[in-house]
Amino acid sequence: MPKAKVTFQDVGVTVTVPAGTRLIEVSEKVGAGITYGCREGECCTCLTKVVSGAEHLAAPSVLEEQVLKDNMAPRLHRLACQAQVLGGEIVVKPA
Amino acid sequence: MTIPVGMTMTMLPAAAADRAVELLPGVHWVGALDPGLRTFDIILKTANGTSYNSYVVRGSAGVAVIDTVKENFSDTFFRRLESVADYGEIRAIVLNHLEPDHSGALPELLRRAPQAQLYISSRGQPMLKGLLHGDRLAYVPTQTGSSVDLGDRTLRFLQTPFLHWPDTQCTYLEEECALFSGDVFGCHFCDPRLFNDAVGDFRFSFEYYYAHIMRPFRAHVLEALDLIEPLPVKLIAPAHGPILRDAPKRYVARYRELSASGLKNEAADEKTLLVFYLSAYGSTRAMAEALAAGAEDAAGVRVSLYDIEGGEVAPFVDLIEEADGLAFGSPTINGDAVKPVWDLLSSLTAVNVRGKLGAAFGSYGWSGEAVPMVEDRLRGLKLRVPVKGVRARLIPTVEELGACRALGRELALHLTGRQESTVIDMAALA
Repeated sequence: MPKAKVTFQDVGVTVTVPAGTRLIEVSEKVGAGITYGCREGECCTCLTKVVSGAEHLAAPSVLEEQVLKDNMAPRLHRLACQAQVLGGEIVVKPA
Repeated sequence: MTIPVGMTMTMLPAAAADRAVELLPGVHWVGALDPGLRTFDIILKTANGTSYNSYVVRGSAGVAVIDTVKENFSDTFFRRLESVADYGEIRAIVLNHLEPDHSGALPELLRRAPQAQLYISSRGQPMLKGLLHGDRLAYVPTQTGSSVDLGDRTLRFLQTPFLHWPDTQCTYLEEECALFSGDVFGCHFCDPRLFNDAVGDFRFSFEYYYAHIMRPFRAHVLEALDLIEPLPVKLIAPAHGPILRDAPKRYVARYRELSASGLKNEAADEKTLLVFYLSAYGSTRAMAEALAAGAEDAAGVRVSLYDIEGGEVAPFVDLIEEADGLAFGSPTINGDAVKPVWDLLSSLTAVNVRGKLGAAFGSYGWSGEAVPMVEDRLRGLKLRVPVKGVRARLIPTVEELGACRALGRELALHLTGRQESTVIDMAALA
């Protein structure tokens, strides 16, 4: 299975993950500062800045797009509970 | 006909009859009084009830209604509204906040005034859908600076999110310098004399409301004040409690004071770590002291140690609001953390702790559930918990105290951004 590397910049931890992993599956386990509310892509609590490698995340769903728009999220920001890793190297930090 | 402004208690109180009360020429209060309410939203005491304030603004090109009332007060609201406007004149309905105590009469108002355009914050759509199941309810999303033209009068919107819901906003009547502020500057204080220079002493209610409703969103209060303070304001008309026509800017200034740090921080820019513990036989205390010593050794962090048994919750909450890192030590008794720890942790919803560093530790007899339970609670409060807690069976060994020192050191390194970079495989996190 293809692997990817996700770095949580605020805690200095890089995790090797299988493709398809969502950020939420990893960030809490390493104690990153990304925090969660509904965990279902509605509340925008887990807004995350993608420092680099945004192209290695699956495109946002219609729901995620709408929530990002409703909350006036800047570009290169994603919902950690939704964003799915495809491969490559990605660096994220709390918004 | 409207009841004139300025009546005193010896006369008919302004809002005693089911008629509108004039605030300014062409601007009326059409809200409802709820003097019997003693608890609001489960969490707030209301010693003399509350009011649901709604307002009507008349312009040369139509009428705007700003906020409605709780649904079971709709009849009073509509009678007052009908005393100053016909439904056919209503051009705009503005909801500064969609909570049911302000949106309760909206469906019926829309039915009676179908031509009216609804104005809500761009963040209000999920609330509108959840409250009114109004998937297809048309509305105009507002932005800071967007406005409604009523002919000779203009209502301009200020987005003030998270005061205290994502959708909250204020509406400013430019020509009269009147701010319809939603829940901001409001309080639960029911008095038919309506105006701040006529009602009873509501200072406690104002402060109490801020402490419970606005304080968790202090950073957002400061952002809102940056929008509000430059405005000339002659009158503030909140969604609950007295209408502030006497020295309204005083209340704006009070919000600025309340949103500043309550405690002077002598540590200045130094990071702070608070270590709280409870201990029956001294084991968890020894762990707390070792953790604190480890953090001190790492330098750059101001460490404070508190026995929860010797303090009260409120001042601890004040300290926690200002701290960067928090460690909680609890023995495990009957498979749980002890009640004073939960009492403190359950009080932290009154302040913003999101993103602070958290950790747990404690001694136990045979199962040791307290530490992971407290860690889960800290994550639930949106703290980050990057370092696994330390548990020690009964009396901690030298090695276990060493693990506590290491935990303290790790926390200090995280607080000061000196933690080592690590690369791990996801399988190792399982």
